[in-house]
Amino acid sequence: MLSFRSVFAGTLRQEDMGGGALITALWLRKSAGHVMLNPLRLSPFSSSRRTVFGLSASRCGLIQRKMTENGVASRRGKVLTIDTLNPCVKKVEYAVRGPIVQRALQIEKELKEGAKKPFSEVIKANIGDAHAMGQRPITFFRQVLALCSFPDLLDDGSFPEDAKNRARRILQSCGGSSMGAYSASQGIDCVRQDVARYIERRDGGIPSDPDNIYLTTGASDGIVTMLKLLVCGEGQTRTGVMISIPQYPLYSAALAELSAVQINYYLNEERCWSLDISELRRSLAEARQHCNPRALCIINPGNPTGQVQSRQCIEDVIRFAAEEHLFLMADEVYQDNVYADGCQFHSFKKVLFEMGPEYSDTVELASFHSTSKCYMGECGFRGGYMEVINMDPEVKEQLTKLVSVRLCPPVPGQALMDLVVNPPQPGEPSHANFLKERSATLSALAEKAKLTEQILNTVPGITCNPVQGAMYSFPQITIPERAVKEAKEKGQAPDMLYCMKLLEETGICLVPGSGFGQRDGTYHFRMTILPSTDKLRILLDKVKEFHQCFTQQYS
Amino acid sequence: MTENGVNSHRGRVLTMDTMNPNVKKVEYAVRGPIVQRALQIEKELKAGVKKPFSEVIKANIGDCHAMGQRPITFLRQVLALCMYPELLSDNKFPEDAKNRARRILQSCGGGSIGAYSASQGIERVRQDVALYIERRDGGIPSDPDNIYLSTGASDAIMTMLKLLVSGEGCTRTGVMISIPQYPLYSAALADLGAVQISYYLNEESCWSLDVSELRRALNTARDHCCPRALCIINPGNPTGQVQSRQCIEDVIRFAAEENLFLMADEVYQDNVYAEGCEFHSFKKVLFEMGPKYSNTVELASFHSTSKCYMGECGFRGGYVEVINLDPDVKTQLTKLVSVRLCPPVPGQVLLDVVVNPPEPGEPSYATFIKERTATLDDLALKAKLTEETLNTVPGITCNPVQGAMYSFPRISLPERAIEEAKEQGQAPDMFYCMKLLEETGICLVPGSGFGQRDGTYHFRMTILPPTDKLKIVLAKVKEFHQDFTQQYS
Repeated sequence: MLSFRSVFAGTLRQEDMGGGALITALWLRKSAGHVMLNPLRLSPFSSSRRTVFGLSASRCGLIQRKMTENGVASRRGKVLTIDTLNPCVKKVEYAVRGPIVQRALQIEKELKEGAKKPFSEVIKANIGDAHAMGQRPITFFRQVLALCSFPDLLDDGSFPEDAKNRARRILQSCGGSSMGAYSASQGIDCVRQDVARYIERRDGGIPSDPDNIYLTTGASDGIVTMLKLLVCGEGQTRTGVMISIPQYPLYSAALAELSAVQINYYLNEERCWSLDISELRRSLAEARQHCNPRALCIINPGNPTGQVQSRQCIEDVIRFAAEEHLFLMADEVYQDNVYADGCQFHSFKKVLFEMGPEYSDTVELASFHSTSKCYMGECGFRGGYMEVINMDPEVKEQLTKLVSVRLCPPVPGQALMDLVVNPPQPGEPSHANFLKERSATLSALAEKAKLTEQILNTVPGITCNPVQGAMYSFPQITIPERAVKEAKEKGQAPDMLYCMKLLEETGICLVPGSGFGQRDGTYHFRMTILPSTDKLRILLDKVKEFHQCFTQQYS
Repeated sequence: MTENGVNSHRGRVLTMDTMNPNVKKVEYAVRGPIVQRALQIEKELKAGVKKPFSEVIKANIGDCHAMGQRPITFLRQVLALCMYPELLSDNKFPEDAKNRARRILQSCGGGSIGAYSASQGIERVRQDVALYIERRDGGIPSDPDNIYLSTGASDAIMTMLKLLVSGEGCTRTGVMISIPQYPLYSAALADLGAVQISYYLNEESCWSLDVSELRRALNTARDHCCPRALCIINPGNPTGQVQSRQCIEDVIRFAAEENLFLMADEVYQDNVYAEGCEFHSFKKVLFEMGPKYSNTVELASFHSTSKCYMGECGFRGGYVEVINLDPDVKTQLTKLVSVRLCPPVPGQVLLDVVVNPPEPGEPSYATFIKERTATLDDLALKAKLTEETLNTVPGITCNPVQGAMYSFPRISLPERAIEEAKEQGQAPDMFYCMKLLEETGICLVPGSGFGQRDGTYHFRMTILPPTDKLKIVLAKVKEFHQDFTQQYS
């Protein structure tokens, strides 16, 4: 198994490099001091970094001449090694597809090759991948996409008229009427217009400007781009970004890659993972000692924690951001995934504008949405958008320039985004079927959210908050002292040990809470609620049984 | 406007002064100010504004379908079947398209292209890519584990560059790129805060690459950065040259001697038109040079669904093959790409069909070959036409368009025009292209966006418009150039 943790340690392994390479590397370490080597040993913002790297040009030249004096590369090993790799890349971690998923894929291969296991299939409940868990695509969406892919089908009598109309409209706004043409870098004009109208309907008429909409390659792309704009300064003035703990690890990964400072604020598990302003204040005050906090990220409905924020809470957060001069990033990709009674999705944009011009004219907000979640679950298309509010016009120009380098988001994802924001209307031939499919998916999810919470709470040693929204449960698990110790001896997080054992014994793949962050001494896992109800029941029973055995074994 | 508000005394969080300084330095001329203006003019035309032309012709970007090229039927049939698998029971679709679609769907989670794929790309597609590379390179083995599917080639190029960037000050990573270059490279290097090391292509000998120039550029750069990678675009963009086998060998030897990571941008590998020219992949030449090189030189080679005969830019399909990549680094690469979850699956599907097209004996084979040949023949014809027509214009010199999709002619600009441009704070060829756009509706990219020798001026023009339109474009450029020269003489 490849462990990112061991890679992170940055050890040179002789079997991975030629012998000569090792010698060279050792020589480099000895003679060149720290130049290019293991920058991880240095705190990224320590003042020593400058001194260490601030060698004179002549000294650098000397080292490089020495490096190349004996000719071909073989003598010197590889150009790109773990020691000369971008140090920020080393720090990136993404648990949702981390070591446990690597192992799950390996087990799947072993099963295929006939290896005997105490289970017949691997169930990947690690990721919100609706279709992989058996959810069917929305017929209308796929009909339009097929028509756009192969427009000869527009003459086919078996497609409904509303699907054909949508396809024609999308194709007309593509260069050469083909999805194979590049679109504008910000996204196809008519799709951005449709997105703006969708946001206006969603937010009770608050205006949305298509020029503020940027289509993206999934929401992740938009989030990383916005964070990139925000990063500047060095040392004490380096940009800090506030993220919730537990968090969706895209945020920590992006911040590591951009070498921005991660500022943790903890959600309150005792109160259904709610967000307290006092905790935001505490974490901000602490962070101000060592960085320049500039942005606050919120995921609502929550991932991995499944809470749905109240309107009051959102108002408080906006007021806090205004007072503390923070750029708000609202990750709202689960906006249709609200299940609990009394809960409702409120967009940050809507609340911001309802708070009046004092806020709506000043607070900078980026809100993200995607085609991957909600009722459609079309992850593979990498569709998404962001809406930016109160962004400095010059910065917006820079943003437009920056996204132009990547040419355009995938056009099939843009087409899909268009359908999501502009679905069949009452009176159109596909309307009834569309509604039927959408409600079936959303009610099944609501049922599974309830089921998950209820069953998990029957297990002694597991406590699960209500899954108010999104697609995950994030229960707290009690791990016996002996298991914690054993994990620590192996250099593993205790919940990683737990999840690995669960995987090996039951074939169920979950993500340990340590991949999302959690209060010290608490342990969790994230499990999607996406498997079909029958399968979910089996899965929950297996987890229950495993937890009891595990507890017994280590007690 | 905000004087009574909470923020008023501090203004915005994110301004030009507080934005990531690297982002400011990013420039991407292919979609730069001239294209912004072209879009504006299009809007003006729509709104009824009178212009000396009736439409804007965007010859700035290699966007085949936008220029009227038709998609390959088979590719789109398979895509439609994958998008809406109910069509698998429709007997209007040929069996080979259905088989391809079934095979791809079987390797998608839940049989749907709406599921995330593995972050490295669908395993089966990577296997097909490896087989394609083996066929292309005369049997030299390719390992599917070395293939990473990507969101267009750009994505993979940026990812590889990202891995390579480290150090500070004079140990900061330097990356060698050709001048003229495709501005993705300069943009990515600016974004990453890496050092751009320019080596010049030799315009006098058809934009060829001289190893002595590589050596000069490298030696100069060693004073202020740590050169670690060498990027080559073959066939060339924007310059259209096709590298000889000998030249590639020399480059590989140079990279080996100088301990450089090679990045071979080979997205135009099917776009070779000139007689006597042939595409040689860096991978193939590397392996033919024997184990001394093939066991040591680190190489990343990039390909895409956007160019060649398919021109499917909008799907953002692509791949990179990595050779001799350190296994620990490969683990890091796999981890890094996992953060973005996966490349768009429709693009992966398309790539699979591109590397695994209809075979002789299959029902779609004849049509596929017919469509592919027609497109490539047409491009060859237009490459020739462009070169010939441009070379009839006094003051324009155009190298043969041996491959890729662009001509990059040199233009002589009168002193007075250069002066006027400088007064306006514009590059002289930007000034030229802007005037061309305003007067004729033709959108080209000035050479300054790609880099060029000081005191020389160029533009990049795609050869993609349909032959009739291309003839008009070329005639208009000719006329404009003559008027422009006269006006400023």
